[in-house]
Amino acid sequence: MAIRRGRGVAAINYPTGMNLGGDPTQALVHSTPTGNFMVTLSSVDLGQGMKQIMAQICAETIGVPTDRVVIDTADTDTGPHCMGTFASRGTHRAGNAVIQAAKEARQVMLEVAAEELEVNASDLETDGQGNILVKGAPQKSISIFDVALSAHFKRGRSISGRGMFLIPRSYPEKETGAMKPSTCYAHACTVVEVEVDDETGEVTVLNVKNVFEIGRALNPRMVEQQLVGGSWMGISHALYETTEPYYPSRDHGGTDFNQYLMPGPGDLAETEIIVLERPSADGPFGAKGPGEMCANPQIPAVANAVFDAVGVRIDTLPITPERVLRALKARAAG
Amino acid sequence: MELRKDYFADVREDGLHEIGQPRPRLDSPGHVTGKTAYFADRNFPGMLHLKMVRSPHHHARIRSIDTSEAEKHPGVVRVLTAKDVPHNVYTILILIQIGPEDETVLADGKVRWKGEAVVAVLAETERAAQEAAAKVKVDYEVLPAVFDMEEALKPGAPIVNEYHGQNYYLYDSGECRKVRFGDVEAGFAQADHILEQTYQSSPIEHAPTETTGCVVAPEGNDRFTCYTNTQAMFFTLDNTSIILQMPGSKLHFVGGTVGGGFGGKVDVIVEPITILAAKLTGRPVCFIYSREEEMQISSPRAAEKVVIKDGIMKDGRIVARKVTGYTDAGAYSRHSPYGAQKGAAHYPGPYTIPNVWIDTYCVYTNRTPSSAMRGFGVTIGDFALEVQMDKLARLIGMDPLEFRFINAYRDGDMKAHRQPTEGAALIECMQEASRAANWPVAEKYMAMSSYRKGA
Repeated sequence: MAIRRGRGVAAINYPTGMNLGGDPTQALVHSTPTGNFMVTLSSVDLGQGMKQIMAQICAETIGVPTDRVVIDTADTDTGPHCMGTFASRGTHRAGNAVIQAAKEARQVMLEVAAEELEVNASDLETDGQGNILVKGAPQKSISIFDVALSAHFKRGRSISGRGMFLIPRSYPEKETGAMKPSTCYAHACTVVEVEVDDETGEVTVLNVKNVFEIGRALNPRMVEQQLVGGSWMGISHALYETTEPYYPSRDHGGTDFNQYLMPGPGDLAETEIIVLERPSADGPFGAKGPGEMCANPQIPAVANAVFDAVGVRIDTLPITPERVLRALKARAAG
Repeated sequence: MELRKDYFADVREDGLHEIGQPRPRLDSPGHVTGKTAYFADRNFPGMLHLKMVRSPHHHARIRSIDTSEAEKHPGVVRVLTAKDVPHNVYTILILIQIGPEDETVLADGKVRWKGEAVVAVLAETERAAQEAAAKVKVDYEVLPAVFDMEEALKPGAPIVNEYHGQNYYLYDSGECRKVRFGDVEAGFAQADHILEQTYQSSPIEHAPTETTGCVVAPEGNDRFTCYTNTQAMFFTLDNTSIILQMPGSKLHFVGGTVGGGFGGKVDVIVEPITILAAKLTGRPVCFIYSREEEMQISSPRAAEKVVIKDGIMKDGRIVARKVTGYTDAGAYSRHSPYGAQKGAAHYPGPYTIPNVWIDTYCVYTNRTPSSAMRGFGVTIGDFALEVQMDKLARLIGMDPLEFRFINAYRDGDMKAHRQPTEGAALIECMQEASRAANWPVAEKYMAMSSYRKGA
C-alpha cells in the first residue's frame, strides 16, 4: 500500500457563442451633456464582470478612460435585446454590439469636434485621456467634455450610436451534418499531477498547469479570476460532484453543501494559468469566449493522471475513492 | 497568471489604452462590502411567499388534487393548480423553433419526475406557505418509471413524455443528430488498431451562491415588474408572455447582478408562476428556491454516455472515429436537445480525422430535467475524447502529448461538419504546456505551427 504519483494531459477546443448562431445582441451608447458615456444593454452580469468589460470596450472605442463609461444593463424597459449570458457568448456578442454603437457615437463626436476646431473629422484622433486632437498637430485640441457640451447646447447633435451583432443561424444538413456551429474557438492544454492513495482510493491533485488560448485578454485580471475559478470547477467535476452518486439510481442525492461534495480551500491544488492570444477574426479586439472551456480540460487530465499513478482507468465521473478502490480490487482479482 | 505575448505577436496589435489593461472591477467594492443589491433585496409591503407542492413519485397519474385544507390554513391567500395557468404546456426553446411543447408549469394529470411542481401555495409568510403546502392532498396512481437511458431506448419501455411519443428527441435528421464525413468503415478496415470504449457521467449541480428566484410587483398601470436572477432577460420575458398569454408590453424584467449562474438560470421556471400569482392576488410575490430545491429540483448538468470507436495507425494517425453520444434529458427537453446537438458539432474534438461518424441522442428518463450548464454538450465529451486519446497513445506506445501533435487540427483542415479550421491554436497551447510542465516532446513537434501557408 502506497501513495502513488501520476501525471496526465488533455488538450481541447471550445466554440464561442450559441451553437449554430442565430443569437443576437444589441447595444445603445449615448453621451451625457458633459461627455460621459452610457452603454445600455439587457445583458446579464453573472458575477464574471460583464459590466466592467463592456465599459472597457466602449472606452477603448470612443477614446476615453474606462471610468467615463457607465453601464446600464438588464432592464427590459430600457435595454435593447440580448439573447442572454450563456454559451461563452457575453463578451463576444455584446462586445461587438458595443463596438458598433460606440463607433457610431464616436463619429458624431468627431464631427462636432471638427466643427469646433474647423478641421475635417477625418483629421482627428483621440488620446484616450478624454481629448480630441488634430493628427500631427496635437496642440490643436478640444476636450470631449467641451465637445459634448457643444453637441448638446450649441450644435443640436446627439452623440449616440446603435449596435447590433448577429451571426446568422446555421441549419445542419440532415444526412451529412454539414453546418457552421461557431465562428471562433478557444483552446487549452492542461497538465495535472496527482497523488493516489491505493489503500483508500483517495486522489489528491498536487498541481494544475493550464495553458489557455483565448483570443485576447481584454482585462487580464478578470481573465485570471475566470480561468482560475474554471480550473477549480474542472477539478471539482473530476473528483467530487454529482447530484446522483449512484446514477442511474436517484438515491443519495445531496441537498446541501454538507452532502453535496465540492472542494474546500484546503483541497485546491496549486494552479498555474498561462494565457496565449491569437485574436479571432470576428471577436471584439479579437476576444473569444473562454468562460466555459476553462473548466473542461482538467477533468480528463485528472483521469489520465490517475491512470498514470495506479494503472486503472476510471471512465465514469466523478472519480471517487470508491470507484478507484473498486477498480484496483478488480485488477488485483485479475 | 502569465501572458505569453510572444505567441501570435505577428497577428495582434497590442498597446491599446483600455483593452488589455488590468483595470479593477467597478462592481467589486459593492460585492465585497455587501452593498451590491440582488433581486432578493427587494422587499415590498404585503409581499406573499410562494411554495411548491412537489411530486413524491418518479412517474404517476394524478387522480385528484384536494387543496381545501391548505386553503383554510392561516395566512394562505391563494392556491394555484394547472387550470390557473393560461398556457400550461410549454417549452422554452420554442423561441428558436425547437419544439414540441412538452412540459407543464403545474402538473396536469401526470407527474414525470420526483420533485415536479404540482400545486403552488401563496401565503403571508414563508412558514405558512410551507405548512399549507404539506396539507395539499394529491392522490397518485404510481406508474412504472425508467431511469436508465439504455432501458428507455428499448422497445416497450414506459413512455416518459407523451408529447414526444418516444423516449428520444426527434430531430429533422431522425432519432439523433448525425455527422457523416469520409467513410468510417473503410477507415476502420485500414487501421492497425481499433479501440472502442464507453464513458459515463452523472448529473452535476451548478451550486451558485445565490439560489434561483424572483420577486414580482404588480404596478399601478397594469404591468408587472419582475426582479429576477435569470441569465437571459428577454428569453425569460418572451417565454413568460407565451405561458401567461400576456402581451410582452405588460412585463418589465429587472435583473443584471446575479450571484452565479453556470447555466442554471436559463430555464424559465420561477418567473411565469410568480407573475401569475401576483396577477391573481394583486399582491407582490416572491418565489426563491431553497438550497435543497436548487440541488435536486433545478436542472443539473445532464448525465451523458459517450461511446467512442477509433481506428488508429501504428505511426499515430487516427484514421477513423465513430462517436455515439447519449444525453440524459430527464423528463423534459428544456435545453437538452440543443446540448446534444452541440455535441454533434463538437466531435471528433480538435483533431483532423479523415473518416468520422457521429450520432448524438437526447434521451428522456424519469428524472429531474437536465438543462444548460457551463460547457454542456462539450464538457463530458471532452472527458471522453481526451481519456480516449490517452488510451490510444498508450496502445501504440507513444507519448500522449506527442500523439496529440500528430493529430491536432491546423488552419485550413476540414472539420467533420465541413467547415475549414480557422484560428487554430491547439498546437501552441500544447507547446507551451510542454514547457510549463517540463514534459518534453520531440523538437519536430515544438517546431510545428497552427498556421499553414496559403490557408
